[in-house]
Amino acid sequence: MTATIWWTIAGCTVVTAIIKGIGPVAFGGREMPPRAVGVIALMAPALLAALVVTSTFATGDRWHVGAHTVGVTVGGIILVRKGPLVVAVAAAVAVTAALRAFT
Amino acid sequence: MSPTGDHDRAASARAGFRAAFPYAAVGLVLSMSFGILARDSGFSAEATIVMSAIVFAGSAQFAAVSILASGGTATAAVAAAALMNSRFLPMGIALGPSLPGRAPWRAAQGQAVVDASWAMANRGDGTFDRWFLFGSTAPQYVTWIVGTTVGALGGDLFSDPSRFGLDAIYPTFFLALMLAEVKDRTTLAVALVGGLVALSLVPAAPAGLPVLAASLVALWGLRRGGRPA
Repeated sequence: MTATIWWTIAGCTVVTAIIKGIGPVAFGGREMPPRAVGVIALMAPALLAALVVTSTFATGDRWHVGAHTVGVTVGGIILVRKGPLVVAVAAAVAVTAALRAFT
Repeated sequence: MSPTGDHDRAASARAGFRAAFPYAAVGLVLSMSFGILARDSGFSAEATIVMSAIVFAGSAQFAAVSILASGGTATAAVAAAALMNSRFLPMGIALGPSLPGRAPWRAAQGQAVVDASWAMANRGDGTFDRWFLFGSTAPQYVTWIVGTTVGALGGDLFSDPSRFGLDAIYPTFFLALMLAEVKDRTTLAVALVGGLVALSLVPAAPAGLPVLAASLVALWGLRRGGRPA
């Protein structure tokens, strides 16, 4: 088990470094054509939206809605109404914890 | 990009440092629960802390440890971690043009990419403020290791983070970052379609791939002829 653990750590380190390094090596230090810049600018909304929905409406490889879905929704409403981030997060946590305590 | 002076760099790094505080705080709690999970899964305290220090990728670490805990092989654990981290590929491609220097130095700078730092360092016009990126990753790296150490050495304050609703923190943070990116109809449409693509792939694809697939929606930008979002 110990050897497996260390091999896993070594493997994770190498693949993570490679994945993070490929883009900067292949596309670094040069002007991009305007169309490529347009694609780059749209990566953030696409990736962030994907992270939000997969962490809110799914667990592992299945769709899953739970107390945290309600909590994140409440936090989201506060954010859309220009509420402070700290308040939104506190509300999301409190609602989630309360729902779990009482259900 | 015009070269920036030392003063601008320091100011960017400081701004990034400050902006990252909430994320660093969340990372502290998450890494604590990672430390506990890893110890419960048979990791020594040393292995747990070393993993956080040199892998430094939350979802990948959780995925790898969970697979080992359920009897999986090292290869399976590393593959799952690679898939989880696959979103760093498009992030790195987007960041690349903003990084100066020779290839090895650019690859080294690219290691500073974590979700929140990358999103906040994004200027929204296709370029990134790399000093902001470095500044915001620094406190997140420190709390990630501190939290892991506390968890690995027996802190059980948050042994079940979901009980306290702490699993609602990360999605809410990402939602805040995403809302900051949605500036017009195009970005809103890309966010909605990206979210739908990821969600629809959840039952069909291995964990991590749905998020990677969502990045393909950004190819919509090809149609826009480079108009900054």
